[in-house]
Amino acid sequence: MTETCGCACAQDTGVSRRKMMLRLGAGMTAAGAALMGVPILGFVLSAFTRPTHAQEWVSIGPIEQFPAEQTRLVVYQNPATRPWDGDTAHVPCWVRRIDEQRFQVFAINCTHLGCPVRWFPESKLFMCPCHGGAFYEDGSHASGPPPRGLFEYQHKIEDGHLMVMGGYLPTLAEPL
Amino acid sequence: MAGPCTALALWLEERLQVRRLYEATAGHKVPASTNSWFYVLGSGTLLCFVIQVVTGICLAFVYVPSTDQAWTSLQYLNHQQALGWLLRAIHNWGSTFMVAIMTLHMVQTFLFGAFKFPRELTWISGCVLLLCTLGMAFTGQVLRFDQDAYWGLGIGASIMGRVPMIGAQLVQLLLAGPIIAGETLSRFFTLHVLVLPGSILAIVSLHLRLVLTKGINEYPTPGKVVRRETYEAEYEQLLHEKGVPFAPHVIGRDLVFAGALTLAILACAVVFGPAGPSGPPDPALIHTAPKPDFFFLSVYAVLALLPPYMETFLLLTAPLAGIALLMALPFISGVGEKSPRRRPVAVLTVVVAFLTLGSLAWLGTFAPWSPRMEAWSSTPIPTHYLQGRSPLERRGAALMQAKQCRNCHALDGGGGLRGPALDGVAARLTHDQLIRQVIQGGGNMPAYGKNLNPSEVTALVAFMETLR
Repeated sequence: MTETCGCACAQDTGVSRRKMMLRLGAGMTAAGAALMGVPILGFVLSAFTRPTHAQEWVSIGPIEQFPAEQTRLVVYQNPATRPWDGDTAHVPCWVRRIDEQRFQVFAINCTHLGCPVRWFPESKLFMCPCHGGAFYEDGSHASGPPPRGLFEYQHKIEDGHLMVMGGYLPTLAEPL
Repeated sequence: MAGPCTALALWLEERLQVRRLYEATAGHKVPASTNSWFYVLGSGTLLCFVIQVVTGICLAFVYVPSTDQAWTSLQYLNHQQALGWLLRAIHNWGSTFMVAIMTLHMVQTFLFGAFKFPRELTWISGCVLLLCTLGMAFTGQVLRFDQDAYWGLGIGASIMGRVPMIGAQLVQLLLAGPIIAGETLSRFFTLHVLVLPGSILAIVSLHLRLVLTKGINEYPTPGKVVRRETYEAEYEQLLHEKGVPFAPHVIGRDLVFAGALTLAILACAVVFGPAGPSGPPDPALIHTAPKPDFFFLSVYAVLALLPPYMETFLLLTAPLAGIALLMALPFISGVGEKSPRRRPVAVLTVVVAFLTLGSLAWLGTFAPWSPRMEAWSSTPIPTHYLQGRSPLERRGAALMQAKQCRNCHALDGGGGLRGPALDGVAARLTHDQLIRQVIQGGGNMPAYGKNLNPSEVTALVAFMETLR
């Protein structure tokens, strides 16, 4: 209720020492918070700023491994793996060898919601166990909810090895 | 003279002033009408949260939040750590009960008009708590780092990838990188044990503070209408005339419910045991059919059943619109009748919402839209379909198995449900229609024209013509 002022207040000047201290304190705290906020927000939101294309060419095996006119499951190591990744460093993909020189490499992820599609050589279909999407052997959409054909890796043959541009999870926002 | 215990109590009371705290909190006055079984659900939800915190801390003593070791540490908890299986089971069943009781609490406050003036913020903070709890359920499912968790993250990322403009960035933000890896699990661990529980604690404090400042909603009476001008004075008078201290007058039912709830969680945990982990989270093991926990089964079902053209739009807008509508409710319908007897639309809304979510979740449990991936090799054609058939027809039957038709088509109740059962197909389709359907597909069936030669088509159709 009553103003108690232990210090020698300069009550007749416009700004008291207390008010001055309050303003200085609020200003310094705000400045400190803003400065500290920069690295904190930068750290948390680094996904927005770092280059989105963190992919690299990675070998998925010598081409003799893939018989012509067949589709095989290949598991490659994520090129940007960390020591504690464990099993998640494995990335599966489907490799289709059309003929001597032509390949197609499909991501394992269904284009609907990312579940792992399975290849059925007898009916030449990829089927998804989640919501029943199906794709033909060339990856094009056959039936079910997927909005497009399978995601296809960029690939090349180097020194007899099949290389793919790998390292990130394909989604509709960023197909391979 | 007072004994040493009383002296100590007085000494403490002088310093801690527990009595004043008690009178301002547990001992505050509530309308006598709230002494009802309908009013035990809020404290029940809070109890579940406390159980989750305590068991969660215990599990965190042992769990290793690394993609390399998480699955192994869960196995260790299940099989080697003393009582680890029980703690995991309690944590799992606690989460199920928490979501269930919280939902009932929300339905009760909705039906009793508790969201109306002046308790808007109580309702809105409750909505935020609902979101946090669902966030706990999803992140908790990820910490059970098995196959389902791995592919569940993939599904989350695929949904994020459908957001226009910033989809790619949101995927990276969710996964903490371009792909599901070590940092992804660290991110979900942090959310599950630090960020979300911290937020829940803070918002529960706000929620309870509002219960104290604005009072608990009185048991609604049909015909008693809320008016902004008069409500608070009426409530004051109600407390004055028919107010009783929450403790010890009303808290009894809460305690009975708390005991029953604890026993129910324990019983479920002991009888049903912990959930998973299923197979190791190795993406190379692709022979898996990921499925979410029961809270998200209805979402999983919606994603299978929506027509593709509206899928992305609804997937991204419907949850936001739903949350916005919930939060705006006190401002849309802030005054008027509170009793469910005078609010048929409110009752109907609850019934429709429960029927919708319930039937979707029920469909989600057996997922008729998913092909049965092993049916072609594990579910043979029943022998009575083959007796007395010509060699050509039998060749057709063999092709029906070999070409995976059974993954989507059932015969005599066995096989996939994705497509229609073929038991009476010849009664529905003519010879020419059968040929056409096999070769061209259509109506959600792939075209088999390139995968069957003419003689195979002839054999397959010959067999199907015997199915009538």
